[in-house]
Amino acid sequence: MSINPNVSQNTILTVEDLKTYFPLRTGIFKAVDGVSFELKRGKTLCVVGESGSGKSVTARSILQIVDRPGRIEGGSILLTRADRSVTDLAKLDPRGKDIRSVRGKEIAMIFQEPMSSLSPVHRIGTQIGEALRIHFGILGNEQRERVLELLRQVEIPRPETAIDRYTFEFSGGMRQRVMIAMALACNPQVLIADEPTTALDVTTQAEILDLIKKLQQSHGMAVLFITHDMGVVAEIADEVLVMYRGKVMERGPVEQIFHAPQDDYTRRLIGSVVKLEKKAEVRLTRAPIAAEAAPLLDVKNLSLTFPSGLKAVDDVSLIVRPGETLGIVGESGSGKTTMGRCLLRIYDAQAGAIDFRRLDGRTVDIRTADKAELKDIRREVRMIFQDPVGSLSPRKNVGQIIAEPLKLAGVKGRELEDRVSELMLQVGLEPAWRERYPHAFSGGQRQRIGIARAIAVKPRLIVADEATSALDVSLRSQMLDLMMKLQDELGLSYVFISHDMSVIRYMCDRVAVMYRGRIVETGDTDQVVNHPRHDYTRALLSAIPHPDPRERRIHKRFRYDPARTVSANG
Amino acid sequence: MLRYILKRLLFAIPTLFAVSIIAFIIIQLPPGDYLTTLMADWASQGGAVEAGTVAAMRERYGLDQPLYFQYYKWIWGILTAGDFGISFELGKPVTELIWNRLGFSLLLSLLTLCFVWAIAIPIGILSAVRQYSISDYTATFLAFFFLAVPDFLMALSAMYVMSAWFGQSVGGLFSPDYVDAGWSFGKLVDFARHVWLPVVVIGLGSLAALVRIMRANLLDELSKPYVTTARAKGMSELELLIRYPVRLALNPLISTLGWILPAVISGEIIVSVVMSLPTTGPLLLRALLTQDMYLAGSLILLISVLTIIGTLISDILLALTDPRIRFQ
Repeated sequence: MSINPNVSQNTILTVEDLKTYFPLRTGIFKAVDGVSFELKRGKTLCVVGESGSGKSVTARSILQIVDRPGRIEGGSILLTRADRSVTDLAKLDPRGKDIRSVRGKEIAMIFQEPMSSLSPVHRIGTQIGEALRIHFGILGNEQRERVLELLRQVEIPRPETAIDRYTFEFSGGMRQRVMIAMALACNPQVLIADEPTTALDVTTQAEILDLIKKLQQSHGMAVLFITHDMGVVAEIADEVLVMYRGKVMERGPVEQIFHAPQDDYTRRLIGSVVKLEKKAEVRLTRAPIAAEAAPLLDVKNLSLTFPSGLKAVDDVSLIVRPGETLGIVGESGSGKTTMGRCLLRIYDAQAGAIDFRRLDGRTVDIRTADKAELKDIRREVRMIFQDPVGSLSPRKNVGQIIAEPLKLAGVKGRELEDRVSELMLQVGLEPAWRERYPHAFSGGQRQRIGIARAIAVKPRLIVADEATSALDVSLRSQMLDLMMKLQDELGLSYVFISHDMSVIRYMCDRVAVMYRGRIVETGDTDQVVNHPRHDYTRALLSAIPHPDPRERRIHKRFRYDPARTVSANG
Repeated sequence: MLRYILKRLLFAIPTLFAVSIIAFIIIQLPPGDYLTTLMADWASQGGAVEAGTVAAMRERYGLDQPLYFQYYKWIWGILTAGDFGISFELGKPVTELIWNRLGFSLLLSLLTLCFVWAIAIPIGILSAVRQYSISDYTATFLAFFFLAVPDFLMALSAMYVMSAWFGQSVGGLFSPDYVDAGWSFGKLVDFARHVWLPVVVIGLGSLAALVRIMRANLLDELSKPYVTTARAKGMSELELLIRYPVRLALNPLISTLGWILPAVISGEIIVSVVMSLPTTGPLLLRALLTQDMYLAGSLILLISVLTIIGTLISDILLALTDPRIRFQ
């Protein structure tokens, strides 16, 4: 340890030329390749990048908790303690006592998935208290008092009962608060947050961001915030580090990154975000869908109550016109996915009607259709799923996956082969890749396979359930553009289910806002986005992070309370 | 919780009733009855039997009565007087025969269980934490080896080695001097010197299986995010291992503890026969072979009762160790 005079008063952590490598059988994977940055007291550094850019490994390298076989190969991580002594964390033994005295005490970390990042079989009080025991030897009643105080700080309701509960008894947002309480236990100087809001709804995300900000100010912490969401970056960052394939592409104040990016990659990243801030070009120039056209799908008073008594879909009515995209937006648990599944009879709704206009002009109620008719209809109404990994069989190659619905429709031999090639071209995949298996493709390519499968039998309506949620932002707009191109080529209609208002705004003609199983507002996308009538829609819109640091607004957001409606800040 | 247990016990009653009927019917399924077997035995030893004798015996044992009446007599005796009937072959009350052996069966099972868990869990943990190391490969190889060797072969070789090379008296749980003696310190020492061999022989197979299960369970848990969280808290690697992943990896194992109860009666029959252990296994085998109706029926009924109790214990244990189950 030595005193480092060169560092300014406020610098807590200096990372210099950090290299973390994963030796693999096929060679060395450089997950982090020469990354440098500084963390300052009271300031927030955001690390952004797409999946696989090495941002998470960078954060874990600081605490030396990189998963095996990853190892720090070079560089330094200088931690300046409160007493001005400096330690190079990169030189410490990952299993040794010295690094353990830093973990949780000087530098604490919170993670993306609060459910799986907390033990399911230990009470939350025990898990929070552990850090106090390890670092300060605080036990018994004193520990309990401190934990209660921490729970109060993170604003968990009724701390006295909450302390003895288990993680699965909390909602996602509350679980993340528990994580934060755990991180704050020893008053760390640095908080590393690894995508802490990615798994949360926008309104919950806004709450958590607020909380982190508040605690950062009261504790004077430096925050290293990892995210792939440029909107979040714009809302909270002081400085930004843009990473791509393990390297730093650009580093600078948030203002510069958003308004005067120097690097090409940064420019593209910002571009793909800004692109999603408005309606797609192809949709602006298209003639509006005639309002009087006979609807393709006419849903009337649809209701589904689960055996548990939960009204997942509650008296929902909506229409989809030919060639139109209807967006369904809502938070998790709003019933939007359940409703989408009712449309294909994956779930059986108990009441209402789903009138679908067949190609020959007849109208059929999908809810009550018999088996043969349903089989026919399912050729015309297809689905695209959220998880591009889980929805493709790992034991079939891409050609077989895309051919499957065609085979069921009776296409054979030469014709089948040709059709598969044609479909692959249509969604932007090389037909030569047909022998490959899904795992050989990236997330975006897998979603293209899913789309090719969905359009294989020339459907007329596609229900897309969070089709772009698992994709990086740069891929997201590509996927939406592809879907709109196919829509125009094939005359498709979409029911586009998403929690993400920006993708809805980008591609949907009309939008329906769902809240607790009901549709609270329907209208043209422009009108709903710009002039929401329902308070819930207003709250939802105002919680969305805005990718412009000059216009930070989520802390001024409007909060919706179904019982009584008030604005949060006045 | 209490309500749940009571409900489960209530549901057990019709199950037991059905099982007793099925057990009784299955025992009667093979052609003939105890007397036919007995006559065949006598005949093979050269004795001639008069037809009158057979009829008389049949009447004495009640075998001339219709099946449902025999069942009714048996079950009524159990319900009203705890009387499980008489063993035809051994001429003693079934209760007495079972009680004599049940204690040893239970003791042997518990000792084996302790032996298996004490050895297998640490090896499983080591094997998972040091995956693909020399110790892991060694443990894996030995585990598969002992899984593959049939237990009677193991029993025979162990007995041969112990008696031929070390001159120890093998077979049974006591030396001949102590078999009929009352309990004393000397008898206890003698018991300890005999019991370890069957414990090891019976245990090795399930020990090997448990090592593999523990290794697989723990490997699943080791890569879970909560392990990283605990590490980021500053916990030492050993404490972390025991507190989090091992604790969770043990959950499914703890819930299998209840299953040893039914195995007390019927488990390890072959080893018990080979090593002539005074447990219930050989008794059950003999009873089934000779169609000793009441003895076999009572043992099967007992197995069912223990299965039901064992499953209940398993469920309670699982609820105690895993709050996710408890709060559903």
